[in-house]
Amino acid sequence: MVENRPFFTFLSHFIVLVGVLIVFFPVWMTFVASTHDQATMLRAPVPLLPGTHLIENYRTVLLEGYGQRFGSNPMLHTLINSMIMALGVAIGKIAISIIAAFAIVYFRFPARMFFFWAIFVTLMLPVEIRIVPTYGVVASLGMLDSYAGLIIPVIASATATFLFRQFFLSVPDELAEAARIDGAGPFRFCWDTLLPLSVTTIAALFVIQFIYGWNQYLWPLLITTKESYYTMVMTVSRQANVVDSVPSWNLLMAMAMLAMLPPVLVVVFMQRLFVRGLVETEK
Amino acid sequence: MEKRVTFDNRLLPYLLLAPQIVVTLVFFFWPTAQAIWQSVLIEDAFGGNSRFVWFENFERLFNDPGYYASVRLTVVFSFLVAGLGLALSLLFAVMADRVIRGAETYKTFLIWPYAVAPAVAGVLWGFLFNPSIGIVAWMLQGVGIEFNYVINGNQALLLVVLASVWTQLSYNFLFFLAGLQSIPRSLIEAAAIDGAGPGRRFWDIVFPLLSPTGFFLLVINVIYAFIGTFGVISSLTQGGPGRATEILVYKVYNDGFRGQDLGGSAAQSVLMMIVLVLLTFVQFRFIERRVHY
Amino acid sequence: MAVVHLRGVKKSYDKLEVIHGIDVDIAHGEFIVIVGPSGCGKSTLLRMVAGLEKITGGEVTIGDRVVNRLEPKDRDIAMVFQNYALYPHMSVYENMAYGLKIRKLSKADINTRVRKAAKILELEPLLQRRPRQLSGGQRQRVAMGRAIVRDPAVFLFDEPLSNLDAKLRVQMRLEIKRLQRELAVTSIYVTHDQVEAMTLADRLIVMNAGVADQIGTPMDVYDRPASTFVAGFIGSPAMNFLAGKVGANGRSIDLVGVGDTRVSVQLLSTASVPSGTPVTLGLRPEHFVPTDHGALELEIDLAEPLGADTLLHGRFGHARELATVRLPGHVLAKPGEKRRYAVSPERLHLFDAQTGKRLAGI
Repeated sequence: MVENRPFFTFLSHFIVLVGVLIVFFPVWMTFVASTHDQATMLRAPVPLLPGTHLIENYRTVLLEGYGQRFGSNPMLHTLINSMIMALGVAIGKIAISIIAAFAIVYFRFPARMFFFWAIFVTLMLPVEIRIVPTYGVVASLGMLDSYAGLIIPVIASATATFLFRQFFLSVPDELAEAARIDGAGPFRFCWDTLLPLSVTTIAALFVIQFIYGWNQYLWPLLITTKESYYTMVMTVSRQANVVDSVPSWNLLMAMAMLAMLPPVLVVVFMQRLFVRGLVETEK
Repeated sequence: MEKRVTFDNRLLPYLLLAPQIVVTLVFFFWPTAQAIWQSVLIEDAFGGNSRFVWFENFERLFNDPGYYASVRLTVVFSFLVAGLGLALSLLFAVMADRVIRGAETYKTFLIWPYAVAPAVAGVLWGFLFNPSIGIVAWMLQGVGIEFNYVINGNQALLLVVLASVWTQLSYNFLFFLAGLQSIPRSLIEAAAIDGAGPGRRFWDIVFPLLSPTGFFLLVINVIYAFIGTFGVISSLTQGGPGRATEILVYKVYNDGFRGQDLGGSAAQSVLMMIVLVLLTFVQFRFIERRVHY
Repeated sequence: MAVVHLRGVKKSYDKLEVIHGIDVDIAHGEFIVIVGPSGCGKSTLLRMVAGLEKITGGEVTIGDRVVNRLEPKDRDIAMVFQNYALYPHMSVYENMAYGLKIRKLSKADINTRVRKAAKILELEPLLQRRPRQLSGGQRQRVAMGRAIVRDPAVFLFDEPLSNLDAKLRVQMRLEIKRLQRELAVTSIYVTHDQVEAMTLADRLIVMNAGVADQIGTPMDVYDRPASTFVAGFIGSPAMNFLAGKVGANGRSIDLVGVGDTRVSVQLLSTASVPSGTPVTLGLRPEHFVPTDHGALELEIDLAEPLGADTLLHGRFGHARELATVRLPGHVLAKPGEKRRYAVSPERLHLFDAQTGKRLAGI
């Protein structure tokens, strides 16, 4: 800033700190709640500082499950389901997108533009508005209560294909020409040249898609009836709406922390890739 | 737009495209076509008979005050979420941009909420505002405000707005910050030499140059308010109390799965698709006109 | 129009001092050019005068006020930036009017001033255009127009021509000079291009690593450079430097490793340092005269015909350094040839071999 007014700088810091507080507050309260016992959590005001039951609560939730209406499925299993789904979505989407983008960019064939526009259209309509018929299709394919059913419909939209296409277009033509002169066919070119160049884009996209897959709520909710396929986010949300006489807030909040933790860790530790992924996706 | 060099294989491109096309065909186009088809049928709830009824479902919708209520609600909701979300994140971004040291650290602290699913955010905020043990509800009670979003429709709406804005803060913040940092310092310095104080500089120089980013974020936030907030509503209020928070996307789900009104739900889906296509169209058109000065 | 004084101006970033005390008095209407290589601190110095950088030590006075603590807008200055810094969303007219608008001049006043400046700079047909619709040269003129309308005490230029292509640069150089003469505003101009510096300046400040090596008129700096740095920086092709020692009688310099026999160059008067002192002898390429008995023999490596002149590159004897000789017209020469040259004693420059400073008395 050009001026040299210390008050301004102080004010700026202050406002941003307020922002950070607003952002952290709900999570802090949740964390605190997950470290107390049930009794403490039934009286208002609830504590502002952590308690001593952290390990006990998390152990209960992970290994014994949250009991009551949603059965006593240990959350450990649910966590694993979420992990499988998130990884499946991220890897699956990247895999089919890269080869599709490669085909569209580096080959000439009839109906190429048709396919391109067909894929482009999918960018516009997220799954929530076609939820009912999509469910119908999945049900009729017998894919309810399965990992395939969880993962595949989620990767149907072509955001990643579009992104890779943009990226490939920006790769200099000279590289492909050099590869051709060297006698490399499409596979070699892709493997030896294109993929190494794409590593950062792939990593960035992986971060975004992992979060996207992990945070899927509506879709797992609809197509799973067996507890063994439930995911963390849907379980936490559903559990919060179960009307119990004596809710176990401490356990519920522990579950919420578990549902939040992996994606948050990914964002924090891969911040640069994450930011890049966001920016690239929206171009 | 085109590559100069391409490979000659005939079959290969089709093979490479196949997985994406197949998945998209089965899980995108097929259901979308079904939605359009279903919107012109009235189906028996138990999958018995279906009658072709042209636009009767749509007519029913347009004559249903409940539908209009939901439309109005969605518009108000989007306004609030987008408006509040953009204003707050712009404030934080501007402040963070001025702080030369520490901008990177603040960035880390402010962007992680993006990783929290809207559904989970709903749970967190529901906990904060819970009528019996929510800490904020308790504090409000302390100053004489009775807060119970389970029975008060307006309070429920407010809570849902807050939770939705909270999740989007980091995304908006990131883009605003990037936009701010892309304005050349020399422009600000020239304005300072011309005599503009910080306030004037912001309104005369920074704000106009930030407007492409702002517009882009506006569209994104509106789409988010339309669609992405489903998780928040589902976790917090399920559209209640009494439809006070039943925005359009939730209504589609509610009428289709709970109410078993497949035709009506499909018709709503189709209408929403049209709106969304329009919105995306606007976004792309405008992005193209994002002039690079 | 004002007098500007810099007294002991210093700049430090935390513990690192980058500008080590600059003193200069700039007269009314003088065109001062600060020239030096990248990183020497010239832009920083200019920005300190502008108020865009804090002044860590010393004083800057504009007119009769010490401006150290004043905001840029209160210093009565105007600045032309390297990348023009035109407001992209405003028209040319609005760009020029902005500063006046803020100072709450009446619309009529603003109109008069802007149109006057536009006339001087031939911008009248462009007043409604946006910056992105203008060429580089036009943008530069708008940037200057913005500065002119403010009618400031001092003009500041931060490498304004660096982003233009070579031909345009020459043209704009002349325009700036003409404009400054006409308006007679005190101007401080920063550049790394010594040709610009020489042609524009009333006086030059040659900066090197945060220190002003020399302050003087262009001819001062050319004829009597204060250090090897200044000598090598000003003038193109650069001055040739040869290592040597002061001769026994103090009236000649014995060149080291230049020939099989001892090669000496005669001085005009007695050197002010004792014989045997190691010195650096400076000889400008344009000052060599071809003679048969010249003391210096060049073994030619490469000839560069420029049309109007010819540059001969080679070595003097066994000297390590490559030397350049510039001769008028077209001179034929083949690699391997040896030619002899002499330099008039008035054209010799003598520097201390260790400090690089000019040695007096020659």
